[in-house]
Amino acid sequence: MQEPKTTAVNRRHGAGQGTILSYTLGFILSVALTLAAYFTFTNRTLPDPLLISVIVGLAIAQLLVQLIFFLHLGKESRPRWNLLVFLFMLLVLIIVVFGSLWIMNNLDYNMMSPKETDEYIMKDEGIQR
Amino acid sequence: MSESTPVAVAGARSTVQQPGDSKTIFGFWVYLMTDCILFASIFATYAVLRNNTFGGPSGRELFDLPFVLVETLILLTSSFICGLAMLAMHRGNKRLVLAFFAVTFMLGLAFLTMEITEFRHLAAEGHGWQANAFMSAFYTLVGTHGLHIASGLLWMIILLPRVVRRGLTPANTRRLTLLSLFWHFLDIVWIFIFTIVYLMGAL
Repeated sequence: MQEPKTTAVNRRHGAGQGTILSYTLGFILSVALTLAAYFTFTNRTLPDPLLISVIVGLAIAQLLVQLIFFLHLGKESRPRWNLLVFLFMLLVLIIVVFGSLWIMNNLDYNMMSPKETDEYIMKDEGIQR
Repeated sequence: MSESTPVAVAGARSTVQQPGDSKTIFGFWVYLMTDCILFASIFATYAVLRNNTFGGPSGRELFDLPFVLVETLILLTSSFICGLAMLAMHRGNKRLVLAFFAVTFMLGLAFLTMEITEFRHLAAEGHGWQANAFMSAFYTLVGTHGLHIASGLLWMIILLPRVVRRGLTPANTRRLTLLSLFWHFLDIVWIFIFTIVYLMGAL
């Protein structure tokens, strides 16, 4: 008796609805992505900048896998408030993280000792004394 | 919102969830998103300070990657088992829900124990939170996640006995749904701690 009602209500909430197949698939994909990131990293066959992009890419892939298969984001009925709030959070997150890194790197650059700053600027701008 | 009113009248005192539930779950989702912002600021702090080791060792010398991989897989498994508990809950199988949550709890406890072991190990070697800015940022970020895990475990300790006593009532179903959202969310945060702090820190 209670099964269909609970299910219907939960589908409307966009929370906690999945099948054994979707959870298992999500789990297998997550383990695969974790191991892929780990072994790509420990083997060190790639050059460093590429290595960083690859493991960050794998982390983002796993984020999407878990959002879709575990949290069922985007499967709620319209209007998709959960998705909207998530996207707004993502915007704030990007501003906070990348804004901090940008500003602090810039400060770091500008707050060196005068001699260091001179050397850096000359090196960066290609100025010859 | 008005669509749910007839359901509430017709299904009063039945196992149907109350009309306020969708708002509760949405509200909890908004809380999780603000928690993401909290973690984003701590991640930003860590990213800024990670090279300020004050002459001390960096992540490369400190982190034990195989140990952290095991931690990661334990947390991932607990998140999956928690999902299985949700499936059992939708089928109304109380015993299975309790069994799955018991496994989730044990795995969460194992994860937390490993994390505390790692912290004690680092602190014993003189790499405490007061050593340098990098260590402070590291303990703040990983410790905040650990604190969330501890809260989740405490939540299970409080909620599961209520499920044992009263069964899968609408209120308990709602609480279990929120708990599972919280637990999945913590696993997602850990993916980024694993990648950014441990893997990239050991570069």
